[in-house]
Amino acid sequence: MNVNASAQDAETRMASLVNDWADDKEAFRVPWGKAMMWIFLVSDTFIFGSFLIGYMTVRMSSTEPWPLASEVFALTIFGVELPLILIAIMTFILISSSGTMAMAVNYGYRRERKKTAMLMLLTAVLGASFVGMQAFEWTKLIVEEGIRPWGNPLGAAQFGATFFMITGFHGLHVSAGVIYLLVVAIRVLKGRYEQQGKYEIVEIAGLYWHFVDLVWVFIFALFYLW
Amino acid sequence: MDHVAIADERGLELHEPASFITRYIWSQDHKVIAVQYGITAILVGLVALALSAMMRLQLAFPNSFSFIAPGDYYQFITMHGMIMIVYLLTALLLGGFGNYLIPLMIGARDMVFPYLNMLSYWVYLLSVIVLMASFFVSGGPTGAGWTLYPPQAISHGTPGADGGIILMLVSLAIFIVAFTMGGLNYVTTILQARTRGMTLMRLPLSVWGIFIATVLGLLAFPALFVSAVMMLLDHIAGTSFFMPALLSEGELTGHSGGSPILFQHLFWFFGHPEVYIVALPAFGIVSDLISTHARRNIFGYRMMVWAILAIGVLSFVVWAHHMYVSGMHPYFGFFFATTTLIIAVPTAIKVYNWVLTLWRGNIRLTVPMLFAIGFIFSFINGGLTGLYLGNVVVDLPLSDTYFVVGHFHMVMGVSPILVIFGAIYHWFPKITGRMLNDTLGKVHFWLTFLGTYAIYLPMHYLGFLGVPRRYYAMGDTEFIPESAQSLNVDITIAALVVAVVQLVFLVNLFWSLRYGKPAGGNPWDATTLEWQTPDTPPRHGNWGQELPTVYRWAYDYSVPGQEKDFIPQTVPPTEEESQEGTKP
Repeated sequence: MNVNASAQDAETRMASLVNDWADDKEAFRVPWGKAMMWIFLVSDTFIFGSFLIGYMTVRMSSTEPWPLASEVFALTIFGVELPLILIAIMTFILISSSGTMAMAVNYGYRRERKKTAMLMLLTAVLGASFVGMQAFEWTKLIVEEGIRPWGNPLGAAQFGATFFMITGFHGLHVSAGVIYLLVVAIRVLKGRYEQQGKYEIVEIAGLYWHFVDLVWVFIFALFYLW
Repeated sequence: MDHVAIADERGLELHEPASFITRYIWSQDHKVIAVQYGITAILVGLVALALSAMMRLQLAFPNSFSFIAPGDYYQFITMHGMIMIVYLLTALLLGGFGNYLIPLMIGARDMVFPYLNMLSYWVYLLSVIVLMASFFVSGGPTGAGWTLYPPQAISHGTPGADGGIILMLVSLAIFIVAFTMGGLNYVTTILQARTRGMTLMRLPLSVWGIFIATVLGLLAFPALFVSAVMMLLDHIAGTSFFMPALLSEGELTGHSGGSPILFQHLFWFFGHPEVYIVALPAFGIVSDLISTHARRNIFGYRMMVWAILAIGVLSFVVWAHHMYVSGMHPYFGFFFATTTLIIAVPTAIKVYNWVLTLWRGNIRLTVPMLFAIGFIFSFINGGLTGLYLGNVVVDLPLSDTYFVVGHFHMVMGVSPILVIFGAIYHWFPKITGRMLNDTLGKVHFWLTFLGTYAIYLPMHYLGFLGVPRRYYAMGDTEFIPESAQSLNVDITIAALVVAVVQLVFLVNLFWSLRYGKPAGGNPWDATTLEWQTPDTPPRHGNWGQELPTVYRWAYDYSVPGQEKDFIPQTVPPTEEESQEGTKP
């Protein structure tokens, strides 16, 4: 950061040079916000980890049958039953949004304000559509299959409980991320980061977004492929 | 998310808040936030102290108090435990001392994100208010025991199973949010905002203890958060995460297939690191107190740091030693007993190093030093009984007896509290600019220290007799002799004395605030940075225009050939020293 050597005579300059060699002000050469986001994400990992381990425990100790993922998550489109089609689309969208986010970060560091903001808005739209499809999926499970948090006509009651809790918690993360991205995108567009060139804020938002995607990969594997 | 680098931006004008409200209430100054945390934690701790006095009255004189029904007694136990562990100790050590000491000790102007830091306090206050509200809802606060084990925590018939448990779980979730905001700040500040020359291996041990404890908190509280969410859903939405099929009052509850043991695993995955979240800051602070007041460098600084790290890592793999009698697979007991005994090694290293620091030191028996030495006694005591309980075969007969109560009060009740008192006597001069009264302090120490021994040592004996904990009254029980009852009376008398003695402390705080001896900048002749501030109490921004530069470790006491018996961290090395090379 700012190591000020101004207005110091030669002797203290020498001393400060020595100090700088011994200096260890920062453990990581990254801005504070980025370091904090990393630490937050580690903490959040433990939240999702606890949720998912709880889910695995509940599922493995369940004595009642667990609904078959390929059937309960299937959609019938034009009379053809397609297993996991919705979730495939949702996952594809979320992973794509990580791509657009990465591009936004790239353009941010190139100081291309408009492109950055547009790509962030696109990311937010993809995230919002993910949440929308999740709402559609929940509706189908609740209305058509009759699955509730406290019960499940297809077998173990814990299926509904864990599914709604964990995908809901993840959905909250995505929704919060969409809001976060919108706020940052608007600020980018207004040129708020222009003067000091603090485009790492875009990258920090990106870190959060990639994390939410990464968590989704685990949820996807453990709920839909198990 | 503002990235103004206030910790090392030079020439940037420091905005000193102008009005009373921005200075003391909506303050972003870490020192004010620390005091806010401290006052709130102490107030809520006084509530918990009053609850424990009521419990002791009931135990000594069963059936004498019409206002303590069995249900009330369980509510007192639960609230006493939860308040003391989470809302007092965690908040005071990390929110209070963490906030105050981190920026001052590492030479920063403030936490890296002061606004977030301010939010952390207000959200913590909200969690306290929600918790206190549970005293006023119908059915009262929860009486499930501080561990909140389901099924009984949310089953009909447990006190507070309607409203109290919901408020408790919500309050915990809010507390975790508050802690996360503060904790992220502490960790980032320590890692990224140290002043010139303050390498990690020059940090005072207080900062190391607070640092690792905060990391533990950030990794352990998620498990509590998750279990609180799941239990709330079980209670409100009728899910069955933790609730097996049950008959309650002749009717099926509607739950089926849940696992109560899952809750215990999640809870103790938080609960055991929590012990060290409380203990590690205390370890760190007591190291600094001992070194300063014995005028001697801490023995084995590097080992102390590595021991803190080792304890931090190991604390995540010992949780199920709280669950030997839960019905989990017996082989687990073997694993967890082993790891539990391994954690005794770094802990013992720390105890040896404290004692070796005292060895041939120029000990000044100041009030902080008395508390620090008292801590060594109570901690060794509690640590040794921990070895009993860590072994499965010894634990089984002692589980759920007063031996356990004696053990954990000694090791994570009395010990951290003694350190907190010592720390308050030590840093009060920096916080307020005045010394605390010495005589009152010594009265406070001796009565508290001896009093806690009078309370908890007999409990170990009661435990060996097999007296079970959490019982409202023993009644006529064959295996409990008459003497146990009279011992209970003695314990209660000691407990009431200790509770009343805390008034001496409070009086001392208020009296000294006004009439205490002016302290000056460095009354203890200490080396660490917080004693080298240009103003006492430090002003907003801590350091005036120029940040301090650090040239040496925090423990240059009684260096041979020096005029004074301490060299502050800001003093550049002398000619000879630079030839030899300075300490770490």
